[in-house]
Amino acid sequence: MSATVPGPGSPADDLLRGLWRENPVFVQVLGMCPTLAVSNSALNALTMGLATAFVLCLSSLLISLLRHVVPREVRIASFILVIATFVTVVDYLIQAISLALHAALGAFISLIVVNCIILGRAEAFAARNGPLRSFLDGLGMGLGFTLALLCLGGVRELLGSGSLFGIGVFGSQFEPWTVMLLPSGGFFTLGAWLLAIAWWRRRREAGARVQEAN
Amino acid sequence: MSNRSAPAPTSVAAMYRALVGIGSICALLIVTAYLLTAPAIARNRAELLQQAIFAVLPGAETVRPMRRDAGGTIGPAAPGEEAAFHLGLDAGNRVVGVAIEASGMGYQDLIGLIYGYSPARGQLTGMRVLASRETPGLGDKIITDPVFVGSFAGLAVPLSQDGARVAHAVEAVPAGKRSQPWQFDAITGATISSRAVAGIITASTAQWAPLLHAQAGRLEGDTP
Repeated sequence: MSATVPGPGSPADDLLRGLWRENPVFVQVLGMCPTLAVSNSALNALTMGLATAFVLCLSSLLISLLRHVVPREVRIASFILVIATFVTVVDYLIQAISLALHAALGAFISLIVVNCIILGRAEAFAARNGPLRSFLDGLGMGLGFTLALLCLGGVRELLGSGSLFGIGVFGSQFEPWTVMLLPSGGFFTLGAWLLAIAWWRRRREAGARVQEAN
Repeated sequence: MSNRSAPAPTSVAAMYRALVGIGSICALLIVTAYLLTAPAIARNRAELLQQAIFAVLPGAETVRPMRRDAGGTIGPAAPGEEAAFHLGLDAGNRVVGVAIEASGMGYQDLIGLIYGYSPARGQLTGMRVLASRETPGLGDKIITDPVFVGSFAGLAVPLSQDGARVAHAVEAVPAGKRSQPWQFDAITGATISSRAVAGIITASTAQWAPLLHAQAGRLEGDTP
């Protein structure tokens, strides 16, 4: 698990860090199981991303509030208890909003409990920082996770179904690439995004080095 | 050399106190969320079931919950009692058919469905999948493919001469190979899911069709 070391930063930095610079999926490569499994449509990706962000924010907040009363020896058990609680809450909320959406996300809602992004942020950040910073860190990481899932879900739904958020984009002549909706399509899309981001970062770094040399 | 000493070990009582305290906070949060969302969840489930019942019993204007006792005798369910099946009645209070829930293993997980059955005609009147985790884009066509879903209306469930058993199981056959009234076209690319639906209906009708046929008078007699 490549958890980041939190340094002193402004609240804005806490919020924005997870969105791009330390994006949990594209940079830290964490939470791959839900990333690959539920990104077969943009709506599923958005719902799973927001559900995870909800759990991340609130569990980081509560863990931060309790950090002085939780003994070191039982901290992981306490974190899991808190995370499982918010996952149960979000599970109820999704069922109350839409049973169809709940059915589409299947077992992956419950599996948010073992998403290593959440436990990673609890251990690396929330257990060592104040409630506001922990909440903003959780929000930033959650939104970064949602953004990454949307990037995957959007591409997979466009190519696999010819639609985006269920709205047809390519017309009836389009022959869907069914493979994009299957697990293999998830790996292809994730690989393509990681390749594109790595290429862009290297190009940016090379540009910065040239600027420094001049 | 570091002059930092190792932290003192925490007492068992402190650990116990912390875990019980956090557990209590978590229990409070879960119960509160449950209480707040339970009415909406129950309403969503009831709406989904009601929509499915009317979809599989075309022509039904009212639906009545029915029970089956340990001896196999059917009758109206008592208020608050869980329905074993649902009786559909038209505007003239004539029996349209019954809607029965059934479930069985699909390709990935359990498939839950509801089907309509007309004991008078010995046919299905419709089918809707209520719960499924079949492969998105392939197996989930058992929910989304209108041709597949529509193919259950009129599907024959013939009984043996004495009416004691189903003579022919419902069958999923490759598209275009249908030759019998109890066969329907499987979805290309979702053969296992299609066969699973056929298997679930076959198992359920084997249990219910002879029973409903034998007690068809009771269904009619339950209408006012």
